[in-house]
Amino acid sequence: MSAVSTSSKDALVRIRGLRTRLGGKVIFDGVDLDIPRGGITAVMGPSGTGKTTLLRHITGQLQPDAGEIVVDGRNLAQLDRNGLFELRERIGYLFQNSALLTDFSVFENVAFPLRQHARLPEELIRNIVLPKLQAVGLRGAAELMPAELSGGMARRVALARAIVRDPMLLIYDEPFVGLDPIALNQVLKLIRVLNQTLGLTSIVVAHELSAVSRVADHIYLLAAGKVAAHGGPDELVRGDTDWTRQFFGGEADGPVPFHYPARDYASDLGFAKERA
Amino acid sequence: MSRKPGGGFIGDGLAQIGALGLFLLSVLAAVPRSLRYFAETVRQIFFVGAMSLVIIMTCGLFIGLVLGLQLYEVLSRFGSTASVGTVVAIALYRELGPVVTALLFAGRAGTSITAEIGLMRATDQLAAMEMMAVDPMAYVVAPRFLAGVIAMPLLASIFNALAIFGSHLVAVTWLGLDNGTFWSNMTGAVDVWTDVMNGVWKSAVFGAVVTLVATFQGYSTAPTSEGVAYATTRTVVYSSILTLAIDFLMTAFLM
Amino acid sequence: MTQRRSHQIGTGLFILLGFAALGYLATQTTSLANYRQGPTYALKARFTNVGQLKLRAPVKIAGVRIGSVSDIQLEPDRLEALVTLAIDNRYNQLPDDSAAAVFTSGLLGDQYVALKPGGSPDMFKNGDEIILTQSSMQLEELIGKYLVGSGDSPAKKPAESESATQEGKTP
Ligand SMILES: Nc1ncnc2c1ncn2[C@@H]1O[C@H](COP(=O)(O)OP(=O)(O)O)[C@@H](O)[C@H]1O
Ligand SMILES: [Mg+2]
Repeated sequence: MSAVSTSSKDALVRIRGLRTRLGGKVIFDGVDLDIPRGGITAVMGPSGTGKTTLLRHITGQLQPDAGEIVVDGRNLAQLDRNGLFELRERIGYLFQNSALLTDFSVFENVAFPLRQHARLPEELIRNIVLPKLQAVGLRGAAELMPAELSGGMARRVALARAIVRDPMLLIYDEPFVGLDPIALNQVLKLIRVLNQTLGLTSIVVAHELSAVSRVADHIYLLAAGKVAAHGGPDELVRGDTDWTRQFFGGEADGPVPFHYPARDYASDLGFAKERA
Repeated sequence: MSRKPGGGFIGDGLAQIGALGLFLLSVLAAVPRSLRYFAETVRQIFFVGAMSLVIIMTCGLFIGLVLGLQLYEVLSRFGSTASVGTVVAIALYRELGPVVTALLFAGRAGTSITAEIGLMRATDQLAAMEMMAVDPMAYVVAPRFLAGVIAMPLLASIFNALAIFGSHLVAVTWLGLDNGTFWSNMTGAVDVWTDVMNGVWKSAVFGAVVTLVATFQGYSTAPTSEGVAYATTRTVVYSSILTLAIDFLMTAFLM
Repeated sequence: MTQRRSHQIGTGLFILLGFAALGYLATQTTSLANYRQGPTYALKARFTNVGQLKLRAPVKIAGVRIGSVSDIQLEPDRLEALVTLAIDNRYNQLPDDSAAAVFTSGLLGDQYVALKPGGSPDMFKNGDEIILTQSSMQLEELIGKYLVGSGDSPAKKPAESESATQEGKTP
């Protein structure tokens, strides 16, 4: 399968030959991937395949062992700390567990990126922060502390914080985990609306096919350190590889084995001698 | 920062000290950048300093009371009860004040620094700062380090003042030593530079040691609730040992 | 914002309190307390031996500090130590027949000048001399006295040395 999509020219993120080992374990073994500008790209895969690690590569939090990562025309390997920080100022990142700063109120959490990078008048900060909170429907919760929020609300606050500086790229790490159906629909709607109204590029990491297929223009399926499949949602669901069948069909056994690698069952039970 | 099993006690210890030394360098490198977040340093002085006042003052008072009792008893065997104030002051300024304050500080402020940073690590708050182009070394670690260096000498001074008050209470008010004798012996023998200021330098160093260990343990903790719990314990153990060891070295070679 | 403000105020109070404590320790419980003294008046006293007496050593009555040694010099013609004492002005009711002695605090402590009040109705004035003085007791002398005195008549030697240091200029 040719891993590189045809639209690689206007890709915001371009990854070639990515190889990574973490703690002696091979996470990526030659991954090629393109995130087209303006679209919503989903990255899917079983737990522990390295989806979060991929995002850490894209944002320069982690250096790969080999391979090239280009974001908005800049090769991350050639950026120094300041260059990375400059790039990150234009990337919004929604963490798996929201990662709100516990010391600050909702308002201050959303205002945090603004306050850290410029001395803005208080009035201007309000005029920037409140519309973002309004967009995620939590203007009324501005004075609450993170501990007082439900999981879905915390995620929406984190989303408001991620877009407060009008990023070019918005990254969602597992935005649907642990949400009730109402909150899930709210987040889905936000992902779609924000992508259209702010004209940004989105990367959604998830493993809920039903949710992902409702927002994503393009899906990458990662498995065993490689891109197992990619294409539009319909294309993939109809796809006919072992990976897509197991992953989208939800079969318990397949390329991702049901059994964790183990010694021979019979010998574990003590029948080894008789068999031999 | 994960420790490999079977590394051996000494190997582990050296590795820890080496890692701590490297961490110190990166904290020092972050200090100039952290001046942008000076309000954060001020806030941390409140948390590590002002919030430690109650325990520091209570313990200082009790140490003073006990010192007064013990020294009056012992010195009366030599007929030198007049020196109670002198001995109390010198023992406090040179050793007890800085060391006991540092140990209390490790238990009160050090643990909360470790737990707080450990939780920030476990809940991705540190990664979130990185992603918002805010350097956690400059925004989280350095202000706490500075706050420890600034707050510790002040806490030790408050501790000493309360302890002097406590020993005066016992020796003069309770046991009947003459008030003028108490003070004039003290002022006759205690020196500002060799006694009081030496203690101040010491406690500034101890403040650096305790906050360095505490931030290091929090920063490099395993991001689980178990990891945070172990890191908190290690903060108390390591910073206490390090404080006493450095106290010995400073006393032996610098003072 | 208001919380941040209260932290700033708390920090300010804490720093004030800390520096107040440090300032108190540094100026009131150390020898600095002896520099900072109000107006004083001078008294002189002659001793045949001042021992380890140092400048700024305390001058005490009944164990209470009333001033300090401001000068120690050798008087060339009589080869005696002339010690100048700076006494706090508020202790200006010292009878002019009070006696001065160089004592050691405790067994091995620093030396100081002790005044023993007399009964005269007249008081010392600035520049007066204390006539009755007793010199420093040297530990070596005491031990020597003890060793020699154990064979001799015990009362003789101490009496001699005492009277030798006692200036016989009583009016
Ligand atoms: N810092 C690290 N050191 C060692 N192993 C790591 C580290 N970070 C992640 N891993 C491992 O890499 C694998 C991929 O992790 P992750 O990217 O979080 O997976 P996903 O987000 O797809 O669930 C996991 O097996 C994890 O144990
Ligand atoms: Mg993940």
